[in-house]
Amino acid sequence: MERRTIVIDPVTRIEGHAKITLHLNEQGRVEDARFHVTQFRGFEKFCEGRPFSEMPALMARICGICPVSHLIASAKACDALLAVRIPPTADKLRRIFGLAQVVQSHALSLFYLSSPDLLLGMDADPAKAHLFGVLEKNSALARDGIRLRQFGQQMIERLGGKRIHPAWVVPGGVSEPLTEKNRDAILSALPEALQIAERTMEWFKGTMEKLREEITSFGNFPTLFMGIVKGDGGLTFYDGKIRIVDASGNVAADGLDPACYADFIGEKVEPWSYLKSTYYKPKGFPEGIYRVGPLARMNVADRCGTPRADQELAEFHELQRTAVLSSFHYHHARLIEILYCVERMEQLLNDPEILSKHVRAFARPNALEGVGAAEAPRGTLFHHYKIDEQGLMRWANLIIATGHNSVAMNRSILQVAKHFVHGDRLTPGMLNRVEAVIRCYDPCLSCSTHAAGQMALQVELLNAGGEVVDAVARP
Amino acid sequence: MSKMRLATVWLDGCSGCHMSFLDIDERLIAVAERADLVYSPLVDAKTFPEEVDITLVEGAVSSEEDLHKIQMVRQHTKILVSLGDCAVTANVPAMRNPFFTAEVYDRAYRENVTFDPGVPDQVVPRLLPFVRPVHEIVPVDVYVPGCPPSADVIFYVVTELLEGRNPELSAKTRFGA
Repeated sequence: MERRTIVIDPVTRIEGHAKITLHLNEQGRVEDARFHVTQFRGFEKFCEGRPFSEMPALMARICGICPVSHLIASAKACDALLAVRIPPTADKLRRIFGLAQVVQSHALSLFYLSSPDLLLGMDADPAKAHLFGVLEKNSALARDGIRLRQFGQQMIERLGGKRIHPAWVVPGGVSEPLTEKNRDAILSALPEALQIAERTMEWFKGTMEKLREEITSFGNFPTLFMGIVKGDGGLTFYDGKIRIVDASGNVAADGLDPACYADFIGEKVEPWSYLKSTYYKPKGFPEGIYRVGPLARMNVADRCGTPRADQELAEFHELQRTAVLSSFHYHHARLIEILYCVERMEQLLNDPEILSKHVRAFARPNALEGVGAAEAPRGTLFHHYKIDEQGLMRWANLIIATGHNSVAMNRSILQVAKHFVHGDRLTPGMLNRVEAVIRCYDPCLSCSTHAAGQMALQVELLNAGGEVVDAVARP
Repeated sequence: MSKMRLATVWLDGCSGCHMSFLDIDERLIAVAERADLVYSPLVDAKTFPEEVDITLVEGAVSSEEDLHKIQMVRQHTKILVSLGDCAVTANVPAMRNPFFTAEVYDRAYRENVTFDPGVPDQVVPRLLPFVRPVHEIVPVDVYVPGCPPSADVIFYVVTELLEGRNPELSAKTRFGA
């Protein structure tokens, strides 16, 4: 048999444009696999010359799924340029805003994109593998998903005035205080959101037994894990220091200042993707492979800090005595985080100062360089800006969650393909598993190709001369 | 009556218009009763079908892939809708137009890199010199401005088109809405 390449194009039920190539040897065994992100946009360059104060609203346009994360990271970089400490209430309001977004983004990932694989199975008819297929089979589950995402989006609208691309987070704080009416409306919606999260957790645990083979082969390998934690080691999405743990679950580095990210994070280009790969500098490339996002946060944080989420975190750690290594468990971690977000929102909204009118610090730029970092739904997000004396942007660097996971995603599709794909008999289910492991990471290709582009999935068979001899395009 | 065939396509945009489409929430079920979503980032179809009644296009035309895709989509679509400011005016993606593409590439792949700098040139599509709105490449039937258009506006547009009517949008949305 000759050497061949399988191309999956586009990768579907992901947030962006990508394709996957699987390289098969003469025996029809998978030798290599690559995840190609095919969109590039150029925010790091075209922001040049614009006033820094425009950045939060502009950078939010990197991503329509997690605009709030970009607003927050960008505004934090701008706070550093102003050299101000924002009012305590603004800090809390930004936190609530971020939590609402994690809920809607995780709901999108779990229900809209991955639930067909979990409910209908990896070998389900591709014509049915979508939210409407889930609706037919388990209407309550699909409706819960729609409702939970709606809940997150409505919270964002109540706080920021608009569901997508609200301009509420600004350099120095937020533009408007929270009204009593909106606070009460959000508080009254929390119990239903918590019930949905609880129901979904139970359902999810029930699916795991049927997916043992996937759990053991979906990105199940040792890596480092990175995330921001609070001073006491607890989970946070807004502010703290960076912690890195190894595959055994031991802390490899702690208390790293996000503003100094360039000291410990390197960025590498792959000539076959617009998505850059990051690595932990002290270990070099590729040994410095690490993962970020829900799985990493559950591995790095000592605790969530809310009762229900902490119960689930304790159970999560029983999955594996070391760090939890299979990327399949990103789904599980996402559900724990939804519980945490709802519980934590309630704590913050009941803060006696939450309705304070002091929500914005005003200043002219007092520093020419600033870094803002936060935990986006998909992992650690960095915005780094340089401005001139007039406050005009001169340079930007953005490191986005999906980029941190690039090396791990490539290794994961290789592991899945080696396990499930056999060159002599291709089936849609085999290829869907290759896509499904990518969905575990919930990559956001729009984001990650801020600088760069989009993802799609395609499978082609190439002969030894590199010519396409067959292509699998699922109808 | 047979169901209408609906597709959604994402070119160079942020997916915010697709998210605003999802923000119609439980009304998605009502849309699904009247139309089949035959191609979209949200379903598993890998090739664009031969005949589609309505295609919503998010994003501007920025790369060679976008260019080929929109031409192919137009060929197989009865009613093509430019959804959102990026499709209608090229908006944010077009902010790179004052720069040479080499400068835009260099910032990301040579300057902000610590290992193996170089512009990716295998498998990935090249950027076009200028980002263009959809109607500069192919004829467009309906324009829906907004960044993104609200869920209510998108629901109105889709239901009007499914009923065979032309949506009247002048009082409902605007650029940057």
